[in-house]
Amino acid sequence: MSTNGNQSDPGKLMGGTPLGTVVGGSLSEGVEVKLNDDASVEDIPVGSYVVIQGETKRFFGMVNEVKLAATDARLRTTPANLTDPFVAEVLSGTAAYGTITVRPRLLLPMIAGSDVELAPARTVPAHFARASKASDADVAQVFGVEDDRHFAVGTPLDMEAVVCLDLKAFVERSNGVFGKSGTGKSFLTRLLLIGVLQSRLSSLLIFDMHDEYGWAGSDAERGRQVKGLKQLFPAQVAVFALDAEKSMGRPVKPDVMVEIGYGDIEPEDIMVLRETLNISEVAAESSYSLERHFGKGKWLKAFLELEGRDAIFELANDININTSALASFHSRLTNRFARLPFLVEKPSQDSVQALMDQLDKGNHVVLEFGRYGDDVPAYMLVANLLTRRIYARYRDRQMTESVENGKSTTPLSIVIEEAHRFLSPAVASQSTFGIIAREMRKYNVTLLVVDQRPSGIDPEVMSQIATKVCCLLDDDRDVDAVMTGTSGSRELRSVLAGLESRQQALIFGNAVPIPVAVRIRDYGTTDSYDSLMRTASRRSAGKKTATSIEDTPSPSDRSEPAEPQAAAGRKDDEDELFG
Amino acid sequence: MTTNNQEPNRIAEVVETTTTGFTAQCYELYGAPALGSLVRVGDPAVYAVVHNVTTAALDLGRRVMARGASEATEEAVYHNNPQISRLLATHIEALVVGHDVGDATKYRLPSSPPRIHGFVYCCDANEIAAFTDGLDYLHLLTSASTPAIDEVIAANLRLAAESHSDPDAFRIRAGKALAAELASDIARLNAILRGIS
Repeated sequence: MSTNGNQSDPGKLMGGTPLGTVVGGSLSEGVEVKLNDDASVEDIPVGSYVVIQGETKRFFGMVNEVKLAATDARLRTTPANLTDPFVAEVLSGTAAYGTITVRPRLLLPMIAGSDVELAPARTVPAHFARASKASDADVAQVFGVEDDRHFAVGTPLDMEAVVCLDLKAFVERSNGVFGKSGTGKSFLTRLLLIGVLQSRLSSLLIFDMHDEYGWAGSDAERGRQVKGLKQLFPAQVAVFALDAEKSMGRPVKPDVMVEIGYGDIEPEDIMVLRETLNISEVAAESSYSLERHFGKGKWLKAFLELEGRDAIFELANDININTSALASFHSRLTNRFARLPFLVEKPSQDSVQALMDQLDKGNHVVLEFGRYGDDVPAYMLVANLLTRRIYARYRDRQMTESVENGKSTTPLSIVIEEAHRFLSPAVASQSTFGIIAREMRKYNVTLLVVDQRPSGIDPEVMSQIATKVCCLLDDDRDVDAVMTGTSGSRELRSVLAGLESRQQALIFGNAVPIPVAVRIRDYGTTDSYDSLMRTASRRSAGKKTATSIEDTPSPSDRSEPAEPQAAAGRKDDEDELFG
Repeated sequence: MTTNNQEPNRIAEVVETTTTGFTAQCYELYGAPALGSLVRVGDPAVYAVVHNVTTAALDLGRRVMARGASEATEEAVYHNNPQISRLLATHIEALVVGHDVGDATKYRLPSSPPRIHGFVYCCDANEIAAFTDGLDYLHLLTSASTPAIDEVIAANLRLAAESHSDPDAFRIRAGKALAAELASDIARLNAILRGIS
């Protein structure tokens, strides 16, 4: 006698748990899969991966919708007697069933594991194609395995397989890490930076607003300190610091104390601060007049030194600016800048040159702001000023070198937090960060923006962000901003909304073949350091080691207990280092 | 009429036949199998489900009269009027739900109906378990237009469950098969499920 049992057998051929059969859908909306009786919607979260075995192709896609349906609409109005477990069991999966919508994204080779370039899916599987959960092998095929070019960021939700970022694609363009406050942006950024640092594909300049990346960071959730980049890669990371008082209290001193000369501040730096300092446009633009009046490099000091209303009024008349605007501009700047100890008349060293020296050696620089990290205008002033000058050097160098011998410089990724302040629509056109974001990799300088208010970032800049790593966002405008221009954004929204508030992120863009919701790998335990360092040593084996920052004497040498002989005069060291 | 002692499961003989079902006269008065029972007739076997049982006068022109006015019990009526069992007969009506083709069972109508005078056998537990291993026959039952067919389906599945080693698993499997058949009629499905549980 024939039987009609074991209908799900063919699905088992694919490796993953069988889920159901394709019953409809489209490429743009995704195909609808009716779940088998034994597959519960509760086990299939949005964002999980599904492989659909078509007649001639294997499709890899992501669940973007989970629905409950009934064969008869009357089931909604007159529910069956579900107190009877027999009736409940019979009806579940038959008259009342679950469906998932799967957006086919990639075509996998028909034979799992064969080394074939993955192609984007441009069609859908036929009716009744069998869908199953993607196996670890399928996921590994899509996201690669950890190697020189790939960095494991975590695992897909509810899976053990590893998700790897394509670091080469990642460093080629500007990227963003977004998420509301407390979702682990710094934690995630630190991991991404470690990945980039290990790959040696790009130098990093990190404007470390809250001292999270340099020596040590904090893990608020577990209430502990975690190692910063300097502790993990002492030879490749130089810590620059603004806040002498705070930095000196630590066991290991920063490599360079940064001082900014008044003469380094240009009117453009003030224009960027216009919104943050609440300065009128007229007042901010007067800085150009002031520069013409007092001379380049001297205007700010001279302006701040003015005392008394009469002097300001007189100056206003001289340069033909509204007197009250100039007076309020003067008082705002004086209040802000006069009490910043790192702003000096004559810096003891050229911080930009020191930075460039480190970057030229293939090292990475973390600029710790210490207490000034909470002073947003100070953070913006320093970040913008340094970036402007470094960017100018990269641009000049790139132009000369490409003309001379076609050789390109090591790419530079600049990491900024509170990015929306530099990249708001009003400021983005003027700040160097706006230029970098728009001109992208032309000059080998890209951005890694870390922000909690992506809606505040100029849409033009957002459109240039190639890989977006997105933790949970609540505000619809922020979600809109992040999703703009992304295909399938409607489905990604539901994935984004379903993220847990910590240690989970949605990654989409250049560095991953398809959008992926990830449980971020652990960081902060001894095991996690070991696993990161194992990768690092594997990568560096056979590669030319970058020049260690210890190769040249630096102020930090003094503080290393192992090198007491370095206690010689600090000034000499600095002279040698910065010439 | 005589009881067939050699073949205890042989209970009736076909007296009227159509493609979708047949009527058989039981060898014993009141000797019909239970409603919903699986019966088979002919060789190769045609399987059918009993959906109606009738007991009436053999001669349709002679109406049965009441005879028990002076009798103390119903048994006494039959005892004192032995001709009754000769004048009355029990008939079963069954819906064809499948037939054997070689070693396989097909859950569809045979190309020709069972013959008149075909012997009707009550299926034993093994035959029922084997036949109801597949549940495609439920389509023939659910689409039949006979009265109270839902009761017949429920009765059939209740009986079938007893023949399976795991009655609960069978009931659930059968329930799900029914749910697929009656996907657009949840009220009818509910009624049958109530009858099975």
